[in-house]
Amino acid sequence: MKTDDLVSMLATGAGAVPPHETARRYALAIGCGGAGAALLMAVLLGPRHDFAVALMLPMFWAKIAFVTSFTAASLFAALRLSRPGLSLAWVPGVLGAPLAAIWLLATIVLLRADAVQRVALFFGDTWNSCPFLIALLSVPVFVAVVWAMQGLAPTRLRLAGAAAGLLAGAVGTMVYSVHCPEMEAPFIGFWYLLGMLVPTAVGALLGPRLLRW
Amino acid sequence: MQRMQDTGRLNASDEKLRNLLLPGLAGDESAYRAFLQELSAHLRAFLRRRLVRMPDEVEDLVQESLLAIHNQRHTYDAGQPLTAWIHAIAKYKLVDFLRRREKRELLNDPLDEDFGFSVAADTEAADARRDLIKLLAQLPERQRLPIVHMKLEGLSVAEAAKLTGMSESAVKVGVHRGLKALAALIRDAT
Repeated sequence: MKTDDLVSMLATGAGAVPPHETARRYALAIGCGGAGAALLMAVLLGPRHDFAVALMLPMFWAKIAFVTSFTAASLFAALRLSRPGLSLAWVPGVLGAPLAAIWLLATIVLLRADAVQRVALFFGDTWNSCPFLIALLSVPVFVAVVWAMQGLAPTRLRLAGAAAGLLAGAVGTMVYSVHCPEMEAPFIGFWYLLGMLVPTAVGALLGPRLLRW
Repeated sequence: MQRMQDTGRLNASDEKLRNLLLPGLAGDESAYRAFLQELSAHLRAFLRRRLVRMPDEVEDLVQESLLAIHNQRHTYDAGQPLTAWIHAIAKYKLVDFLRRREKRELLNDPLDEDFGFSVAADTEAADARRDLIKLLAQLPERQRLPIVHMKLEGLSVAEAAKLTGMSESAVKVGVHRGLKALAALIRDAT
């Protein structure tokens, strides 16, 4: 087939392209994936029993602020990596800012505590289940975000897969934080992050296979 | 100075392509056709520079990139330089192609292939070795027929629907999925 014939074939009846396709796919993916994670959380874990009390605590809201801003940052990264030719210059800074904030807070909390308290602040009561549960809740979100990316055009597949995993981990963490009783910054800055890095690593591993087009 | 001239040229060609693509995305078919024509010349120059030792592969890759750009045209962000978007797609397809080729050469005897192909180096530029019409024949009917009627014979959605007995939305979906399947066939065949 001559290239001119291909051009003519592609142009014929091409029609208008619906705008905001990227936003539509991501809204759908986060909506459905988040709902799936919430359902899993409700069935397997349930919200923390003192949820009403927690709503009054500043540290609960600091945790929510960290998780929300980190989710927004990883959404930004995933959006940039879903389309060809977009600059990634801002991605490290945007991801780093909420992390720097929680680590700064963690450092202050640890410096103020004495040696015995520090261990409790870092390990909390649930360090051994937290990363695993976050990774579990991120599974439906991961499937949905990979679907969203497959309808777009990522060109750096490993990075895009990692970003999909990170976003899934962040949304999973948001849902998990309704259940999780921990609120100390040292705990959140390490164990939450570790939980989010599990789907990130899986995404980096599977990206080239899942996202090829 | 050279660099300034290069950037100037790039901006001019960016502007020109953009002024065709944006109305094209909004549904102006003749603007979109002109965009694809300009684009194929642009892609040919871009890929020739990068495939100096494989001139026979250039046109196949031009066509593969055209199809990819058409299929993913909804991913262009109007605030972004158009050439950056085009080059990212062309590079992606180029790297994918080189990787496939490398794999194939590990399996086959590379000498056999080189003898066969390097003879016909500088023939008709716009003639690809791969025949997309033949690949089209491999698609299932619900994708092939909408493409044949709408894209090759130029019928409207309504006419194609009537002719095939499919619903109008099934015809549209068939074209869309069919072109994506065609891209996947190219990818996996080479």
